[in-house]
Amino acid sequence: MKLSKRSVFLAIGTLAFLAAFVWLLTTRGPLAPVGVAFATVTRADLNPDVYGIGTVEARHAYTVGPIQAGRVLRMLVDQGDVVKAGQLLAEIDPVDLRQRAEAASNAAARAREAELAAQAQVAEADSRAKLAQANHARYQTLYQQNFVAREMADSRRHEADAALAALAAARANAAGAQREIRRAQAELQGIAQLQSSLKLLSPIDGGVTAREAEPGATVVAGQAVLRLADPAQLWVRVRVDQARAQGVLAGQAADITLRSAPGRALPGKVVRIELQSDAVTEERIVNVAFDPAPSQLYLGELAEVDIHLAGARNVLAVPRAAVAHRNNQAGVWQAVDGQARFKPVQLGAQTAERVQIVSGLAEGDSLIVYSEKQLEETMRVREQALTKP
Amino acid sequence: MINLARRDIAHNLKSYLLTGFGLGLLIGVTLTMAGVYRGMVDDAKVLLHAVNADVWVVQQNTLGPFAEPSNVPDDLYRALLGLGGVAQAGNVSYLTMQVSRRNQSQRVMVAGYEAGQPGGPAFLVAGRPIGRAHYEAVADVKTGFAVGDVVRIRRNDYTVVGLTRRMVSSNGDPMLFIPLKDAQEAQFLKDNDAIVEDRQRLAANPAINRPGQSGVLDAVQAIQTSSHKVNAVLLRVQPGTDARVLADSIARWQRYTAYTRDDMEEILVAKLIATAAKQIGLFLVILAIVSAAIVAFIIYTMTLGKIKEIAVLKLIGTKNRTIAAMIMQEALGLGVIGFFVGKFAATLWAPVFPKYVLLETGDAGRAFVLTLVVCALASVLAIRAALKIDPAEAIGG
Repeated sequence: MKLSKRSVFLAIGTLAFLAAFVWLLTTRGPLAPVGVAFATVTRADLNPDVYGIGTVEARHAYTVGPIQAGRVLRMLVDQGDVVKAGQLLAEIDPVDLRQRAEAASNAAARAREAELAAQAQVAEADSRAKLAQANHARYQTLYQQNFVAREMADSRRHEADAALAALAAARANAAGAQREIRRAQAELQGIAQLQSSLKLLSPIDGGVTAREAEPGATVVAGQAVLRLADPAQLWVRVRVDQARAQGVLAGQAADITLRSAPGRALPGKVVRIELQSDAVTEERIVNVAFDPAPSQLYLGELAEVDIHLAGARNVLAVPRAAVAHRNNQAGVWQAVDGQARFKPVQLGAQTAERVQIVSGLAEGDSLIVYSEKQLEETMRVREQALTKP
Repeated sequence: MINLARRDIAHNLKSYLLTGFGLGLLIGVTLTMAGVYRGMVDDAKVLLHAVNADVWVVQQNTLGPFAEPSNVPDDLYRALLGLGGVAQAGNVSYLTMQVSRRNQSQRVMVAGYEAGQPGGPAFLVAGRPIGRAHYEAVADVKTGFAVGDVVRIRRNDYTVVGLTRRMVSSNGDPMLFIPLKDAQEAQFLKDNDAIVEDRQRLAANPAINRPGQSGVLDAVQAIQTSSHKVNAVLLRVQPGTDARVLADSIARWQRYTAYTRDDMEEILVAKLIATAAKQIGLFLVILAIVSAAIVAFIIYTMTLGKIKEIAVLKLIGTKNRTIAAMIMQEALGLGVIGFFVGKFAATLWAPVFPKYVLLETGDAGRAFVLTLVVCALASVLAIRAALKIDPAEAIGG
């Protein structure tokens, strides 16, 4: 009797051990079915976003510089200053320009005086010509009455012709002198314009973003001395992966998150999509303006932008984690009689979380969303909590 | 006929079971060591299986992104996609580094991949796949990260959006998947101080910063801070295309080195972890021999401990065959108990190990057979000793 009681204990112990062993093998060992988590196909509104990062840039950036080489004489503004259109910003050293202007003005005065002299010469030539013509007429009459020799009359006629020619020459001289005046005046004006171009004026109402030269520095023609931007015309130049850029249109709303304020999204709007994409990085460039513009922005600051695309209303959707690919075919895994089966589906619009099912599944269908290993066809599966809550 | 073994075991049940339990723990350790070895080899292969690429294109004359550094241009994939038989091409970048979360740093292998192309995690256990082009990550559960955690890689913060499982590098470091462009930046971008110092160095160089040519300096600086390199390009071929032929043609005409999946496995298993695996393998062999010896000694001493009883049995005229069967059955019983306890223990503690321990059913089968053979051999020794016992010893001393 004692022995049989022991046998019972032994049998129970053996059975318990075997049961625990089998349980361990089938739940944690190699024979265990793959733990999976399920989800169902539901109807939902999908609001897809396109995400890109960019930098805050000025829509138009103005560079102000001299049109010919020179030395910076004065800088009147500094970075950050607010300027008005037409305001004097900087001046380039004129070097000898003032002296050249004085020379030109003297040349003009001299031309005017030369013109007066030419006019006097015309008057003199005119007077001579009149006298010669009167003499000529007188001698002609006397010759016809045979009072003087023909040689005398011819000499008077020559004098009259020569005086007329001298008059014409004097008149031409006077016209030349007038042209000389205009030339000298034009030269004077040119130098004055050159002088005014040495004063660098602001083309816009805006702010100074960079001061790139200091008094005394030599700058070449076209080199920027100051850079200006209109703070009201700042936007984010966003780079969007070409693979995801489909559907981005001008006018769509966007959220702009500046790197300096990670938790706060600013409203924005897509203003323009640049025709020229970046071929090297395979990104499309989208300009997103602030709407409305915040009071203070910093150029070159990194910004993350979410562009809200047109959504899909009341469509069949599944979690995006459920979508798998097999032989270049998109699909989902389903559990049929405890075994995994691949079901090809056609996908539509997608958000970060969910993806639209165009065909292949019906509402309420159950599908595998998570699995603890890579699923294969006819693999045994079982619902299980895969991560600790 | 009375089963002597059962009677004897029932007589000393407690000590018999305890002996079996002790043997079991020893066998469990051996099984675990085999699991450690298998796990190490599996770790080396798991990434290859997960990315499921047919051809790996890497820098010419290098052993791929894991065994040797490899850099290829990130627009190489365009040329490769144009080859006949290529279905998909994905740029990937791998970088083992420390990432920090809540000021605690964790060693991971950061893998950059392009969404929809080969190189990403094959399945998830929580969360969702990467949906944005930047600053999102999918982590292996071994990292200890949870969905929603923010981890810092270099100068940017990444949000963990999904978790995967069994995604480790060949060293066993858990993986962290991030978008390719971010990974390129993390791999090739210098820290801010280095960038600023480089700018100053360049600006001080009169050949680059020439007066009157201010554009040159900007252009040189822009070249220095941007990177268009990846570590490898993964190809998937169209059905019916021979990956070996494709790899050879890439090596010949594109002037890059291309490996098929088998080549990669060979590199990872035979080259990368060869020494470590041999180390563990040798230790496993020694452990198996020592375990077998201990099992044999235990059975032998157990029999020798019963000299008086066996002598009595002989004295009352028990046949030698019956005594031999008793010893053999007890030995095999110990082996069976030991094996099951060992397997039980190994399965129980295997998941606790920091690196993967893979208990293969085949290994368990081999261990079972080996245990029984060792027990049988040991019992033969014991039987020889038992049969030599003089029945007179039962009466004497």
